[in-house]
Amino acid sequence: MRGDPWGSFFEKFGVLIIGLAAFAAVVGLVLFLADRAPKRGRDFLQLSAFLAPALILLAVGLVYPTIRTIYLSFTDRRGEWIGLDNYVWMFTQPSSLNVLFNTLLWVLLAPTIATAVGLAYAVFIDKSFGERALKALVFMPMAISMVGAGVIWRFVYEYRAEGFEQIGILNQIVVWFGGEPQQWLIDSPWNNVFLIIVMIWIQTGFAMVLLSAAIKAVPVERIEAARLDGANAWQQFINVTIPDIRPTLVVVVTTITIATLKVFDIVRSMTGGNFNTSVVANEMYTQAFNRGEFGQGAALAVILFVMVIPIVVYNVRVLRQQREVR
Amino acid sequence: MSSVAPVDLPIEGQKKDAYQEAFEGAKVRRVKTRLTSPWATAAAIVIAVVWTIPTFGLFVSSFRPAVDIRTSGWWTFFTNPSFTLENYEEVLFSSSASSANLTSYFVNSLVIAIPGALFPIALGCMAAYALAWIPFRGAGWIFVFIFALQIVPLQMALIPLLQIFSQVLGISGTFPAVWIAHTIFGLPLMIFLLHNFISAIPGDILEAARVDGANHTQIFFRIILPLSVPAIASMMIFQFLWVWNDLLVALVFSGGTADVAPITQRVAELVGNFGRNTHILPAAAFISLIVPLIVFFSLQRYFVRGLMAGATKG
Repeated sequence: MRGDPWGSFFEKFGVLIIGLAAFAAVVGLVLFLADRAPKRGRDFLQLSAFLAPALILLAVGLVYPTIRTIYLSFTDRRGEWIGLDNYVWMFTQPSSLNVLFNTLLWVLLAPTIATAVGLAYAVFIDKSFGERALKALVFMPMAISMVGAGVIWRFVYEYRAEGFEQIGILNQIVVWFGGEPQQWLIDSPWNNVFLIIVMIWIQTGFAMVLLSAAIKAVPVERIEAARLDGANAWQQFINVTIPDIRPTLVVVVTTITIATLKVFDIVRSMTGGNFNTSVVANEMYTQAFNRGEFGQGAALAVILFVMVIPIVVYNVRVLRQQREVR
Repeated sequence: MSSVAPVDLPIEGQKKDAYQEAFEGAKVRRVKTRLTSPWATAAAIVIAVVWTIPTFGLFVSSFRPAVDIRTSGWWTFFTNPSFTLENYEEVLFSSSASSANLTSYFVNSLVIAIPGALFPIALGCMAAYALAWIPFRGAGWIFVFIFALQIVPLQMALIPLLQIFSQVLGISGTFPAVWIAHTIFGLPLMIFLLHNFISAIPGDILEAARVDGANHTQIFFRIILPLSVPAIASMMIFQFLWVWNDLLVALVFSGGTADVAPITQRVAELVGNFGRNTHILPAAAFISLIVPLIVFFSLQRYFVRGLMAGATKG
């Protein structure tokens, strides 16, 4: 294929066209038949035509696999039932305990700092000159892939031994201030923090945009009243703005928490989980697809699922209350 | 797949939604109550700079000669400028055995992401219409169930789905496998958000069409789809970028070769051998970022809305 790149491009676009055409043909045919369905049973046929494709895909691709993964988590690599051994392994082995500890660290740091910085930034630039451009700068990392972010930050953290010219900006700054260059991504446990910074860099824009919307929705009268009562800017912010945007704060924190629990790409592309930086989602991939330990991989996926559930439920409840208030 | 969307898609005809407005900066003049202290301004500038510098540095690096990238920081570019496009040429067009071969992967990304965005939205629209406007027993329960499916992290489905693809269907490592996987993982969120939108279309319009003798297929194509264009556009952009930026699904289902794997997979591979690839990584990363960045700067309106609505997917 390297010999004839154009040939392979045509082939791939051919696959693309055929795929799209086949999809359109199947969906079109199903809807056409529903359109021409006989009077008797027409309602049911039309309903099936619209709903069945999605339901079948979800049943086969999401519901069945979820049940199967739960089952797999009780089996070993040959598929034999071993009870809770995989979970015992997870909570007793130092290496897997380290994975759980790292995930906890991620969840504690990334959502809180991203939200705090996003909130501060939203407040600082509120109604300022060039607000839109300033927002775009911080929001931009949301658009790019975590792999891309990984490359970007890999260069920021790059290390050269002392005495050599640094090519990473962080070590260069350290050297300018007279310090020693550090191997940011290798020295455990701090290397975890430097990976978490990448996640914060990505998620701050999300927090900022949502919180900025909430801040702008705070009734002017209420702030005005506080001001007449003699509250300074800081007091207005703490006593009026914060209580008013509390529901949004909760949604932002929980949303980023869920994203953080499932973080994979950053760890995968920056350290590959080496140097004690692995997290649950990355370890799940390593165990299942690199080592063939499907049971242990499945158990890690289940743990991830279990950790996500309460946060999602809480998130839904807050959203619902918020909607009722509106 | 996971969790719940923080925002409903807004209904067209309404004025711009709050997030959009917030993003663009409120145009309404209100009482000036910002924390106007020089410290706040300084802090904002520091944040903006810190958030921009890493990307900017990589961008500058990508145009520097290989030797320079390896031996000095990108900031020296300004005191000692030297510009080249060799890195881009190498990652895109070099045909040596160990080359990055990015053109191939870039094409793969397109071939994956276009159906990966179209399929779940088409099926999602149909299902959303059925759940919203075809009355039948159990519609409510099915909707709640699909809503709940968003909680399931896609990690839960990877192993069994790969087994189905490789052992039952025999399509593991092909484009259709990646398309189907993305369609399945995209569906719960798409159905949920499109249902919110489609169910808010005024019933009178549909009733009028029904009185004129239109059946569900006709109503779907002539009324629902045209009215849903703004919502579909937002979701399409979101899903397209999600698929474009995805690494995990690609790693599991694409087989990892230049025949199928997307550009993210290749870039991740190149970072894995950082020492050897240092000089081509900035260019390679920028090629993978160019599509999202173009979308971001040209379609900001839909983009922000879509991203806000789908922020918890995955």
